[in-house]
Amino acid sequence: MTMTDPQAVSQPVERVSAKTRLKWLRDMMLIREFELRTMQAYQEAKIGGFCHVYIGQEACAVGCIAATNPDDPVITAYRDHGHALARGMESRYAMAEMFGKIGGCAKGKGGSMHLFDKRTHFYGGHAIVGGQTPLGAGLAFATRYENEVLGEGKKRVTLCFLGDGALNQGALHEAMNLCTILELPCIYVVENNRYSMGTSIERGTSMADDLSTKAAAYGMPYFQADGMDVCAVYNVMKRVVDRMRSEQRPAFVEINTYRYKGHSMSDPQKYRTKDEVSEYEASDPIRRLADALIAAGALNEDGFKELNQSVRDEVRDAIKWAEQSPEPDPAADLYSDVVTEPFGEYGPTSLPEMCDHEPGDVPESP
Amino acid sequence: MGAAVATRQIQFREALREAMTEEMRRDKRVFLMGEEVAQYQGAYKVSQGMLDEFGEKRVIDVPISENGFAGLGIGAAMMGLRPIIEFMSWSFSLVAADQILNNAPKMLYMSGGQFGCPIVFRGNDGAGGQLGSTHSWAVEGLFANVPGLRIVIPSTPYDAKGLLKTAIRCNDPVFFLESERMLGNKGPVPEEEYLIPFGQADIKRAGGDCTLVSFGRPVHFCLEAAEKLAEEGIECEVIDGRTIRPLDMDTIIESIRKTNYCVVVDQSWPFGSVASEVATQIYERAMDHLDNRVYRVCSDDVPAPYSKTLEQAMLPNPGKIIKAVKQAMYLE
Ligand SMILES: Cc1ncc(C[n+]2csc(CCOP(=O)(O)OP(=O)(O)O)c2C)c(N)n1
Ligand SMILES: [Mg+2]
Repeated sequence: MTMTDPQAVSQPVERVSAKTRLKWLRDMMLIREFELRTMQAYQEAKIGGFCHVYIGQEACAVGCIAATNPDDPVITAYRDHGHALARGMESRYAMAEMFGKIGGCAKGKGGSMHLFDKRTHFYGGHAIVGGQTPLGAGLAFATRYENEVLGEGKKRVTLCFLGDGALNQGALHEAMNLCTILELPCIYVVENNRYSMGTSIERGTSMADDLSTKAAAYGMPYFQADGMDVCAVYNVMKRVVDRMRSEQRPAFVEINTYRYKGHSMSDPQKYRTKDEVSEYEASDPIRRLADALIAAGALNEDGFKELNQSVRDEVRDAIKWAEQSPEPDPAADLYSDVVTEPFGEYGPTSLPEMCDHEPGDVPESP
Repeated sequence: MGAAVATRQIQFREALREAMTEEMRRDKRVFLMGEEVAQYQGAYKVSQGMLDEFGEKRVIDVPISENGFAGLGIGAAMMGLRPIIEFMSWSFSLVAADQILNNAPKMLYMSGGQFGCPIVFRGNDGAGGQLGSTHSWAVEGLFANVPGLRIVIPSTPYDAKGLLKTAIRCNDPVFFLESERMLGNKGPVPEEEYLIPFGQADIKRAGGDCTLVSFGRPVHFCLEAAEKLAEEGIECEVIDGRTIRPLDMDTIIESIRKTNYCVVVDQSWPFGSVASEVATQIYERAMDHLDNRVYRVCSDDVPAPYSKTLEQAMLPNPGKIIKAVKQAMYLE
């Protein structure tokens, strides 16, 4: 029996309204604008450390997360800005985090690679390659436990994103095996952008041209989606999420995508050609959806410009907010949040300011 | 300092590269393996050009599989090869903890002397680049607890080259701790070959008032502090331990006999740290020569924060060292 299940994904998904697709378009545009301004802020040394942008991959986070319920846990690796935003973290808290400010989603303690948002069930960016994959199994375990042991009466699924580079980490393979034998509703979503740093997937991963074999090894159904098309991602993911929610077992999804920019802010990119990058840029997910909406009469160029302006305004506000947010105070903040119950020199823990507000309900910018 | 006659200045990363290159020319059993070491020319350009010279059978790219390739190296070392395994960061070595802590340093003992493990693990260690807590490990405190291994932590290009050559020739596992913050630092390195033995501290600055002991990057903070203190008439002796295992206590104690005061500066977390060990050994061997307790300057006992303000507050720095010296000498 092959675990690949093309049947399940070729069935038509219920029609997605133009309004929803316009929201996806704006979500993707917001991520793109956020990332462009992130790169700029990094160049201006307002952001430090390692910083990895999501430009080119927007359709993955947006399409996948659109297929989930708001309380389904989501977890990812260090290229996490897109997932945090798509999940509903306001751009100001993500930006302030990267600026190392107290108003950041983790009070400036986590940085670009470690964004978290409890409100939106976003269990974080994780910077050790593969490190989030057993956590994904644990989140799925907890949802199932809550449902069946604690009687929550709600079936949830977990989305665990990973890069193609994480396919080679032992942690993933142990986690996948556990998910299958314990029947955990964790959906591993591989964002296959073809490279882990300078290593192409062909050089780093066995059976790179047929990742269904990885799923088959652990008895998981395998699905694939075109990550340059948010509707295609949604179509596949909606099927997978619904099915795994009802069956309460794991799945493995490969999304074929591409990162337009270097691995991080310092990457000469000698491992790939400019032509290859332009080829993918030509099938840009944002342009593609905008064109489709225009062709369907749901959007015109003016409307597109307005959307553009609105995401620019939002990110500009986010930057302003991040700039105005205070620096953490070593005397108060260095020794807080280390433990939940203060002892010795350790202070108390508290939620970041972000958690004072419901997602989407933020006070006016100053 | 042994580098007195050298005029050539090279970067820390070049010194590391020269050590590996020279040893690979000398001994065909030596090979380099790690993420992005070959085609990418090294994530931090340490191995730049080495693929060209030695080819892909000896400079080997591997995927992100630390547990796998660290263990592979250990297996190869059991057969008598002499692997150099590069961790892009020592933070990632934690993924391979079982291999590097259970297998490498215990193979000889467990096999009753039959199978040694002549391997070098090397990579970046320590915080300072705003990388957040997962990527900011200073592993020396953690790993120094383990018998059977050597821990080398150079602070200058000269020391890095001489110590890495010794590490590659060592018949036991060596953990070689570099710092991304220092890879671009330049220093004098002679053209002629030299090796630096393990367990020989280096006095980086002589002084008679207070002994400063440190390892790796914080040695530079000590030198800065000593410079400033000298302006106030306080002469510190700065001892660079260079290796943590073995630890050259003789040099430290000799200095304390002269100064009677000591501050240990160590970038690991304070609890059970390298500094704790040094202090304990001082008490065991030189209590009578101390006029005050040993002071420690470590990283603060919290996970490394991302924010620059918090990270700087957490790490050892010249200001903290100056304060500790003054406290140790009853000046504050
Ligand atoms: C255990 C571990 N090893 C190495 C690294 C350094 N590193 C960070 S990202 C990366 C490449 C990961 O590629 P991939 O999983 O494909 O994700 P992408 O960057 O394409 O999003 C590497 C090697 C790390 N963070 N963790
Ligand atoms: Mg990738």
